[in-house]
Amino acid sequence: MARRFADLVYSGVVWISALFAMVLLLAPTVVVLIASFTGAQTLKFPPPSWSLRWYYELLQSDELIAATWTSLKVAFWATLASGMLGTSAALGIARSSSAWARFLDGLFMSPMVLPAMAFGLSLLMVFSLMSVRLSIWTLTVGHIVICTPFVIRMVSASVQQLNPVLDDCSLSLGASRLYTVRRITLPLISPGILAGGFVAFLSSFDHVPVSLFLSDARTEVLPIKLWQILEAGLDVRVAAVSGVIVIVTLVGLVLAEWLFGLGAREQRAL
Amino acid sequence: MALHRKLEPFGETLPAMPLAAFFLAVFVAPFALLLVISLFESTEFRALGLHQYVKFVSDGFSVRVLWDTLFLGFCVTAVCLLLAYPLGLVYLDGGRRVRATILFLIMLPLLTSAVVRTFAWIVILGREGIVNNAMLALGLWGQPGRLLYSWGGLVVALAQIQLPLMALPVINSLLKLDRTLLDAAEGLGASSWRQVWTVILPLTVPGAVAGGLLVFAASTTAFITQTLVGGGRIVLMPVDIYQQAVGVQDWPFAAALSIIFTICIVAISYLVNAFAQARMRGVNGA
Repeated sequence: MARRFADLVYSGVVWISALFAMVLLLAPTVVVLIASFTGAQTLKFPPPSWSLRWYYELLQSDELIAATWTSLKVAFWATLASGMLGTSAALGIARSSSAWARFLDGLFMSPMVLPAMAFGLSLLMVFSLMSVRLSIWTLTVGHIVICTPFVIRMVSASVQQLNPVLDDCSLSLGASRLYTVRRITLPLISPGILAGGFVAFLSSFDHVPVSLFLSDARTEVLPIKLWQILEAGLDVRVAAVSGVIVIVTLVGLVLAEWLFGLGAREQRAL
Repeated sequence: MALHRKLEPFGETLPAMPLAAFFLAVFVAPFALLLVISLFESTEFRALGLHQYVKFVSDGFSVRVLWDTLFLGFCVTAVCLLLAYPLGLVYLDGGRRVRATILFLIMLPLLTSAVVRTFAWIVILGREGIVNNAMLALGLWGQPGRLLYSWGGLVVALAQIQLPLMALPVINSLLKLDRTLLDAAEGLGASSWRQVWTVILPLTVPGAVAGGLLVFAASTTAFITQTLVGGGRIVLMPVDIYQQAVGVQDWPFAAALSIIFTICIVAISYLVNAFAQARMRGVNGA
């Protein structure tokens, strides 16, 4: 009887904690969405009146639109470059257990754990020592390093699930290495590459520490612009930008799930 | 053919060489430069020495900032662990619907920008925010509490923002768990609590460690959340580095701060990993 009671308490505690965690995960997104439709000047919650005025304001703030474009451009090029470099690297190291391959894997994954602030500062020092002017390209170089671990992780997961016999078949039938990679390996791991690219794009779009050092007035990125606005005071326009990001992400998530079953794959990769 | 022979020593890792070269140039070399710059005695870049490191240890403030930052990482990681396990246990026992819901809830914040999530916490914790309004309406608090710009607020906000990084590896490790072990424990009369404590927790250490390291690294370096939710009075390493580098323009000291910060994070990751591996060997050997 005592045990039955202990198990009951256990179920209760686990379920209540889990429900709390779920509410915690969901709440901020919902709050932002609701707050963005306020008709008031302040972020009083719940909003005293409703309107789309802050979304309308967005369309007229050139600085926010410019920052969004910069962020999208940087994320695009960083995704493209880290996608190519990362996929190639994952093909080289994912199936090897040699010490050299493990070392490379550790090196490529390290931007995920090392403080990005330190990396951003060090890259700024290199550029200024070489008197390279900061531009969208110096920013992109930093972002490629930040994005690469995500690509490697996702693509490696795909490569490891690949049956190595397929490669051997292709090679023994007379295909060259390059032809085998192009016609056999790449098509089979393409879901992993797409998932990696998706996560790389989002992480670049969202990245702050490196941009903090490598972007100047001409190359302001969206997260930093938003940070500056929020430092100056609570501007409801940020709620509208957040609303747009949440809606675009939700649509993207549903599309990605529908097209590639991204959720299940991400989970496998982790 | 000649080219092929020349490339032979690299063997199968050849496709990784372009990225290795790229990392050497824009990741390894900059960190080396950072180390060199941290060794200059002043912003005039004349003599070398350990001046910046002596300054760090002796001024009292910087050591305090480092300590606070690491403690913040520790608090956030602990809160994430406490939330991720119940979530994972429910996921493990749940049906298709429950699993899909939990996965969606975890992915949602992971994919919405950290700035957006930080902003949400400002709305929730602010003077006229949800928590304050609710507490005032319920008559539990006489006046609005200071939730924003407080240590507790910062920990909760960061924990929510980083929870997905913890939940995914923990769930993954729970799924790899051999269910027959739980049935055996059950059959031998272990209560649910005991099963968690003696079977589930020890066997999911790898997931908890993987998630913990990511959460620790992310929360100690989360510049935006730290400045906006923590406010000006809570000074942490990223803000300190930023102010020294961009505000004061003291590059040698900013470089030294970065190096010390990096070494601390690497050392902690290494120790935690070593501990986890020793632990897993113990479990598997027993």
